[in-house]
Amino acid sequence: MNAVAVNNIVKTYGSKKETVKALSDISFTVNKGELFGIIGPDGAGKTSLFRILTTLLLADSGTASVDEFDVLKEYKQIRNRVGYMPGKFSLYQDMTVEENLEFFASIFNTSIEANYDLVKDIYVQIEPFKNRRAGKLSGGMKQKLALCCALIHKPSVLFLDEPTTGVDAVSRKEFWEMLKELKKQGITILVSTPYMDEAAMCDRVALMQAGKIMSIDTPGNIISKFNKHLWAVRSEEMYRLLKDLKNYSNTESCNSFGEYHHLVLKNDDRDKEAVLKYLQVQKHMNIEMKPEQPNIEDCFMQLMNNNYDRS
Amino acid sequence: MKETVIKVENLTKKFGDFIATNQVSFEVEKGEIFGFLGANGAGKTTAMRMLCGLSIPSSGSATVAGFDVYRQTEHIKQNIGYMSQKFSLYEDLTVKENIRFYAGIYGLSKQVIKDKMTSLLEQLQMTAEENSLVKSLPLGWKQKLAFSVAILHEPKIVFLDEPTGGVDPVTRREFWNLIYEAAEKGITVFVTTHYMDEAEYCNRVSIMVDGKIEALDTPRNLKTTFNAGSMDEVFLQLARGAKRTAD
Repeated sequence: MNAVAVNNIVKTYGSKKETVKALSDISFTVNKGELFGIIGPDGAGKTSLFRILTTLLLADSGTASVDEFDVLKEYKQIRNRVGYMPGKFSLYQDMTVEENLEFFASIFNTSIEANYDLVKDIYVQIEPFKNRRAGKLSGGMKQKLALCCALIHKPSVLFLDEPTTGVDAVSRKEFWEMLKELKKQGITILVSTPYMDEAAMCDRVALMQAGKIMSIDTPGNIISKFNKHLWAVRSEEMYRLLKDLKNYSNTESCNSFGEYHHLVLKNDDRDKEAVLKYLQVQKHMNIEMKPEQPNIEDCFMQLMNNNYDRS
Repeated sequence: MKETVIKVENLTKKFGDFIATNQVSFEVEKGEIFGFLGANGAGKTTAMRMLCGLSIPSSGSATVAGFDVYRQTEHIKQNIGYMSQKFSLYEDLTVKENIRFYAGIYGLSKQVIKDKMTSLLEQLQMTAEENSLVKSLPLGWKQKLAFSVAILHEPKIVFLDEPTGGVDPVTRREFWNLIYEAAEKGITVFVTTHYMDEAEYCNRVSIMVDGKIEALDTPRNLKTTFNAGSMDEVFLQLARGAKRTAD
């Protein structure tokens, strides 16, 4: 059984004169118990997709279901069984931590006690502040409270819209640890993120750009589809090196990646010596060039370029 | 000859009993790309606000572009540029109107504005969009425009607060190319980011933990010092020791 099924969903915004296509013909399925990532920058269509699946927004065309309930005809059943954490903090700022959690439990006809085991590991971290108003919490604590409130009715599918945006590297790691624990409880989790490195934490991911899914697979398979030989290159002057490599006649693509630039040569050429010779002529010092394993961001950029070529 | 454009000594800001920025000291040179890292709540924003002349320190001293952060805050504001992801341009103004507005705020003459407008629009390849409302532009374009507007008055220093959040990987790199070009022109770049690969693009990086600067060096030296393979590892080692809860 699919936890989520999306078929040919289209969503446009704006008037007749000026329309923006947020989602153009999206189809995919998510298995029960899967931790599924939707990876893409702002404007990819991630939020529109989540709002359609949580029955808060109507698609122009196409069908979608959550736990086999139709988003249109059976929206009430869906609302009862999904948890949704929007990208923008949406709890009641004037209510305390405890009041917010009680409120969300009560509107789902349950109590904190009934499902405490599910939120316990997360809630104990904010429990010392349970009498503080939600609006007065720090960013990290707000995020934990929002996750508790989305979980308190024991949803079968959890939608998390950019939970780690603007969050530092340490808190991001902690958040993904929490998701892994929740997955063990059998909850299906759909999570969106603009951070490409987080793809590795998911069972499967969809790479989204400009309303389209460019690729959908396990992170490992997406990386193995990167079909070119990748080089990592560095020298003393990294910005000049980037410009020189981009101007090199045999360069197909060159992108900076931390302390190295990632280089792909035309026709998948593996001739390292020719590149080194060219860089020496350009008077680069301490040149280092080695084969490199592509990562999800390499794949994302390759897919982006391929899509541009077609249009 | 090296020219110091930011000089900070024991800079401290207290809010009641809470010490947001605790005796911070560092110097930044002209044309340097200086990465200012730290976990949420480490005190980065407070420190940055003091350096921009928006918040008076509790103690310590600092000069920015040669001006004192206690007494010459208006001079500081005239000599810096500022851009953040949260606020950059006016969405309901067109591209042209935004450029004209910011240039006017910084006191550029009509003729200078006219010249700069043309060259800027060409450089960003946005001439065709000059009369479009900013809200209709893709995020990546907005961010590139916002950066260019922030350095239009040729400030000595530009402060960038998480400028690339949520931007696609190609545009993120194009944005960094703009940063490099600004630095080559001699503009000092002071930048915060949560992307650890971007920390590698900085000449030097400082990492704040619980209000203090716990490390400051070139990315390469930091990795050697902390015996780490990447800046991500360096950051995690330092930030995991934080006692303060994230803000």
